[in-house]
Amino acid sequence: MAENVKPKVRVPKTAAAGEAITLKTLISHPMESGQRKDGDGKLIPRSIINRFTCDFNGQNVIDVTMEPAISTNPYFEFEATVPEAGTFTFTWYDDDGSVYTESQDIAIG
Amino acid sequence: MTITRRQTFMMALGATVAAAMPFRAFANATEDSVAAFTGGAEMGTEGLTLTAPEIAENGNTVPVEVSAPGAVAILLLATGNPTPDAAIFNFGPLAASQMASTRIRLAKTQNVMAIAKMADGSFVQATQEVKVTIGGCGG
Repeated sequence: MAENVKPKVRVPKTAAAGEAITLKTLISHPMESGQRKDGDGKLIPRSIINRFTCDFNGQNVIDVTMEPAISTNPYFEFEATVPEAGTFTFTWYDDDGSVYTESQDIAIG
Repeated sequence: MTITRRQTFMMALGATVAAAMPFRAFANATEDSVAAFTGGAEMGTEGLTLTAPEIAENGNTVPVEVSAPGAVAILLLATGNPTPDAAIFNFGPLAASQMASTRIRLAKTQNVMAIAKMADGSFVQATQEVKVTIGGCGG
């Protein structure tokens, strides 16, 4: 259903230890709400990303439960603490079972 | 497209129900979502900031930001949508602040509501009306 799903994340390259940084994520996805009708008046079945998580070195930053009211191409912005150098992992869970992941390293400096 | 007798009947039934109670149904759906999240607990009004535009020209993408220092989770509701739930933000140990922003769909002019669950188990609520020029639920 969902084609050309491309995650994009913005993470600073470096941060001071313990610093709070802002993370921005965007993923291209139609987020079909299940409310719309096609040309024949039939409901288009729901097909959305229903969960988004962000972890840093295995520790959770944010875990979002998503409903059809989230717009097409879901965008999230939030803040994370960086205790040490490591990797941010971003995961999106699709209704159809697909899982999209993206990771980004950050150094201390 | 072919329509069977059963489908015709179900459509007629659905239309009748929708016509009879459009507003109450939505209001109840909101109450249900709130009750499921808070368990019916009392809600305060201090400590949660909900930022949304006063007027949204396009209901398909309405930027919304919630911020509640000390919260463990924030529920975001679009009370005028067919399904009011929009998102639940659960903050983990590495969240630097209990803040998140996203973009939501609004079907029509309505109140956007946020409820924060605080670390001590209390709940805080904030509401803001957003006027929508073009609805965002298709149709």
